[in-house]
Amino acid sequence: MVETATPRRSTNRGPGRLLIAVYILFAIAATSRALLQIVTKFGEAPVAYALSAVAALIYIVAAIGLARAGHAGRRLALICCSVELVGVVVVGILSLADKALFPDETVWSQFGSGYGYIPLLLPLLGLFWLWRTRATPR
Amino acid sequence: MTVAAAATGSPVDGLLATASIVLSLLIAVWSLVSAARNRPPDRWQLIGLGMLELALLGLAVLALVAVGGGDQPGEPGAFFGYLVTLVCLPPLAAVLARMEPTRWGSAIVGAVCLVTPVVVVRLQQTWEVLGG
Repeated sequence: MVETATPRRSTNRGPGRLLIAVYILFAIAATSRALLQIVTKFGEAPVAYALSAVAALIYIVAAIGLARAGHAGRRLALICCSVELVGVVVVGILSLADKALFPDETVWSQFGSGYGYIPLLLPLLGLFWLWRTRATPR
Repeated sequence: MTVAAAATGSPVDGLLATASIVLSLLIAVWSLVSAARNRPPDRWQLIGLGMLELALLGLAVLALVAVGGGDQPGEPGAFFGYLVTLVCLPPLAAVLARMEPTRWGSAIVGAVCLVTPVVVVRLQQTWEVLGG
C-alpha cells in the first residue's frame, strides 16, 4: 500500500502485475492451442497454426519482459507489444479479406474476436503501460 | 448420438461444474468490488480461491474416473489441456495476489475468476463433441 517515490516506476508493480497476469493467461491459452494444432493437424492449416505458435511465443516473451522490468525487459516488452499490435491488426484484416488463408481460428483471427477482442486490447494496454512507467526527466 | 452421449452423461456437466462456475463468478464480483474500493486481496478471496480449487480438483477426479471407466472425451487433447489449465488457475491467482498486496492484487483475482468459468464451459464442450 505504501507508495514509494522512485525515479522510474517499475513495470511489474501494481497495474503492471495485472497486465502480466493477463499476458500469462494468454501465453497459456495460445501455447496449448498451438501445441495441440501443430501436433494433431498441422497439415490442415499450416499458416494458421504456425501463426498460433508465433503468437504464443510473443505472449510468453512479453510477460517475461514486463516481469523483469529492467532496461532490457522494457525493450523486450516494447518489441513484443509492437509486433503483437501489428500482428493482430494485419491478421485481423487478412482473416476477414482472405478466409482461405486462415481456414482455422488463431488467437488473432478477426482481431481476436474469439477471445473477446482482448488480443487487440492487450498490446495497446502494454504500450500504454510502458509509456506510463517511462523514465521521467527531472 | 447426442441422446446416447446425454444418457451416459458428461462427468464435467453436473452440479459440481455449475457450483464452480457460480463460485468463480461470486469471487470475481467480490474481488472486483474490492479492487474498485482500493482494497488488497482479503481472506475471503483466498478462502474462495481455495474452495474453487477443491471444486475444480473434484471435477478433474470425476473426469479421470469417467475416462478410467471407458468413457472418452470428444476431443481428448483439448479436453485434458483445458483440465490441466483449469486446476492451475486458482493457484496462479493466489500466488500473484500474494505478490501484489494492493487493489491490483484483487483485480488479478477478479480477472482470473472471470476466465475460469469460460474454461469450465470449454471443458464441457470438448467432452461433448462426438464426431462420427
